[in-house]
Amino acid sequence: MTTTDNSGDVRLSGISKTYGSFTAVHPLDLTVPQGSFFALLGASGCGKTTTLRMIAGLEEPTGGTVHLGDQDVTRLPPYKRPVNTVFQSYALFPHLDIFENVAFGLRRRGIKGVKKQVDEMLDLVQLGEHARKKPHQLSGGQQQRVAVARALINHPRVLLLDEPLGALDLKLRRQMQLELKRIQTEVGITFVHVTHDQEEAMTMADTVAVMNAGRVEQLGAPADLYENPRTTFVANFLGTSNLIEAEVDAASGDEIVLRAGGGKLSLPSGRCGAPTATGGKVLVGVRPEKISLTHAGDAGAIPAGRNRVTGRIADASFIGVSTQYVVDSPAGTALQVYVQNVDRDTRLVPGAEVVLHWNPAHTFGLDAAQDIQAGVEKVEPQEGVVA
Amino acid sequence: MAFVDWLKRRLVVIAGLFTLAYLLLPNVVVTVFSFNDPKGRFNYEWQKFSADAWTDPCGVADLCGSLSLSLQIALWATLGATALGTAIAFALVRYRFRARGAVNSLIFLPMAMPEVVMAASLLTLFLNMGVQLGFWTILIAHIMFCLSFVVTAVKARVMSMDPRLEQAAQDLYAGPFQTFLRVTLPIAAPGIATGALLAFALSFDDFIITNFNAGSTVTFPMFVWGSAQRGTPVQINVIGTAMFVLAVLFVLTSMVISNRRTKHKA
Repeated sequence: MTTTDNSGDVRLSGISKTYGSFTAVHPLDLTVPQGSFFALLGASGCGKTTTLRMIAGLEEPTGGTVHLGDQDVTRLPPYKRPVNTVFQSYALFPHLDIFENVAFGLRRRGIKGVKKQVDEMLDLVQLGEHARKKPHQLSGGQQQRVAVARALINHPRVLLLDEPLGALDLKLRRQMQLELKRIQTEVGITFVHVTHDQEEAMTMADTVAVMNAGRVEQLGAPADLYENPRTTFVANFLGTSNLIEAEVDAASGDEIVLRAGGGKLSLPSGRCGAPTATGGKVLVGVRPEKISLTHAGDAGAIPAGRNRVTGRIADASFIGVSTQYVVDSPAGTALQVYVQNVDRDTRLVPGAEVVLHWNPAHTFGLDAAQDIQAGVEKVEPQEGVVA
Repeated sequence: MAFVDWLKRRLVVIAGLFTLAYLLLPNVVVTVFSFNDPKGRFNYEWQKFSADAWTDPCGVADLCGSLSLSLQIALWATLGATALGTAIAFALVRYRFRARGAVNSLIFLPMAMPEVVMAASLLTLFLNMGVQLGFWTILIAHIMFCLSFVVTAVKARVMSMDPRLEQAAQDLYAGPFQTFLRVTLPIAAPGIATGALLAFALSFDDFIITNFNAGSTVTFPMFVWGSAQRGTPVQINVIGTAMFVLAVLFVLTSMVISNRRTKHKA
């Protein structure tokens, strides 16, 4: 189902929401193209759910406009918008059976002969035999599928998903992620998905907008966001990053040379989002899985041209497919290194002197004026909290 | 020792049975005496078995008239109090208005105030306004004291309702009226039904307030009171027993229905 029309575009222009003196969403411009799977990712209270509710019409924006295709829907009530929502914890009608829950939207629009459509939709989500049960008789995963069916049957131009998998356990969540992705490919409707789970966002979405404190920090394809974070928040919130404070030694052509902890590091200038005046501060970032770990005794075997940092292993945890090391070095403490368990070097135990090295192309540079700890998850993300 | 152990294990059951007996004994007496054939005007001593009163329940002058009047008043009072009470409950839970706190506590006043006081003050009000006492004054009084019970019952239900259900309805093309009719009302229905049942029971057997504000109109409780002074016809026991049996049947039916539902679900 490929369409060239733009009726399923969602266009937010300068949209904002304030509650008294609290600004939930700062003026925001965002375009979600027709047929894409778009994720709004952020921690609780970052404004992602408020943004979603403004698209649904459940929240009135303080300023700005919402367009669906070419239609301005800013002032339309939710029941007049061609948009449907899968609510957090589903909000299935407890007094209606599964069939009637799914048929609800069709009946309200006065559509006759809904049986065939409802049966087809229930088959799509594999709940055909449960049509006459009440919502509380179903498991969490089944309820979740009912909620999706209840929204999708209306053929909305945009489907909004508000933490749709938050109430499910991990295994079921993985399964439903693939399921939702399959349904989205099948029906070709624009999906806007709100989540605090970065893995979920990266698995499912074509485009991810990372939100923080009512603003979009960065927007892009998952791989792009992961490889080229532009802020410390994105670097820390999406996966894990090692951030090292460094000073610009020399910038020439497409290479920047930095000093950190007595050593030198190379950074491609195209991957640096900070001013690079000589003597200026830059945060050097590298993902833990890009780093190789070599025992200090073998340091001579490391190929030239790689970024090197020497240090001492503080901790090592074996987790099956890989081993996660924590390394303290003059350049920075508690650097994370993930090593695949291909050939395990038995000398790599806590206390061992090691050299960390990686391809300079995997290095990124961030503005040192930011909070280096921004976006670091201190506790497990709380579920069920309205963001 | 064995006896003490036996008692310990069955203490709850024994206490329960005593309580049940305490509650049901008066009803048993009423039922038994509905089959009595009293000598004289008072039905206070057992003479011999007779089903005469059951075959002719309206055999006493004015009895069935007063019964029908009480049923009518109870019906209208239930309708009025339920409609108003439901609206008040929704307003109190859903909207923040200036006198909300005051209304919230004032609504309980009729429950707390002694009935005689309320009856007397209502009578004063009606007399001062020059209203003719009768059916309408009784109805107004009944709706007034039933209201607080309905509000309490409905409020509890509305408060526990997930606001996202109504948002989901709106999201699925239901306008405000459809949302109320298809989602809000059905979910609030058990609370509304509880309120309505309470209102009916309270209105039907109210004596004090009715007696003050009825004028020359006679409701069933007033008829019973009146005849108790002059002699009690067996038919009163018949009506009383019938009401009791109906109520028990009603409760049993609803229990069977809800049992079946839960079984069906499991």
